[in-house]
Amino acid sequence: MSIWEYANPVKFMRTSGAVLPWTVAGAAVCTVTGLVWGFLTPEDYRQGSTVKIVFLHVPAAMMAINIWVMMLVASLIWLIRRHHVSALAAKAAAPIGAVMTVIGLITGAVWGQPMWGTWWEWDPRLTSFLILLLFYIGYIALWSAVEDPDSAADLTGVLCLVGSVFALLSRYAVFFWNQGLHQGASLSVQSGERMSAVYRYPLYLTMLGFGLMFLSLMLVRTRTEIRRRRLAALQAREMRA
Amino acid sequence: MIELGKYAGAVMGAYGLSLALLGGLIWQTLVANARARRDLERQENRG
Repeated sequence: MSIWEYANPVKFMRTSGAVLPWTVAGAAVCTVTGLVWGFLTPEDYRQGSTVKIVFLHVPAAMMAINIWVMMLVASLIWLIRRHHVSALAAKAAAPIGAVMTVIGLITGAVWGQPMWGTWWEWDPRLTSFLILLLFYIGYIALWSAVEDPDSAADLTGVLCLVGSVFALLSRYAVFFWNQGLHQGASLSVQSGERMSAVYRYPLYLTMLGFGLMFLSLMLVRTRTEIRRRRLAALQAREMRA
Repeated sequence: MIELGKYAGAVMGAYGLSLALLGGLIWQTLVANARARRDLERQENRG
């Protein structure tokens, strides 16, 4: 069996239909449990109850970057191998990534105001994240603006390649420039830098929940795009007859 | 009752806005999918 079998829309619809109930259930359980658990964690001695915002902010920001990377991979598959399902999956993922970016920016601003004394700062990570949001908006707008679906997939694929610079920059900006307000990575494999287990475990759970939520939404939205594409093909055939 | 102290507004605001955005995204996804499925079924039944 080859992974390229899933580039067949019929195979994709059948497989995604079977997988979806499990991903939806996993997303609901992990997200709800993680957020409730996180909300019930004790106050941090310095940040007070604002530490509870981490359970939304970190998973959303992580997904905002990872979704763009997923779109990059899907776009490359389209540009190199011309598999339509991969182009439609990239298109389907973009609005989810945009919402995750907005959540990351909003929760960051709401958290930053009491901790930093400002809603916004032209900090490297914040700025690159704002540019990433603009790329998401531009990507969605470009899909809507170009009538021919293959041309739209080509152009958005190229845009995705360019935007990847900012997706990676928003991830690694804190390592390049140290002058920003934003802290370094919240989670680290080095034991000395780890956050307390009280916060870490519910955070892992919400991160898993957000990942499964993205997978579920992306599969549903890709199925929607495949149905729209088939509808357009049937209508075109009817017009010709 | 969970005590959020002086940052209650910030925490509740962050959770409220985020959950509203996620709820809107899920709702829009399901509505669009249901509409696409209905339109396709209608077209296939015509043919």
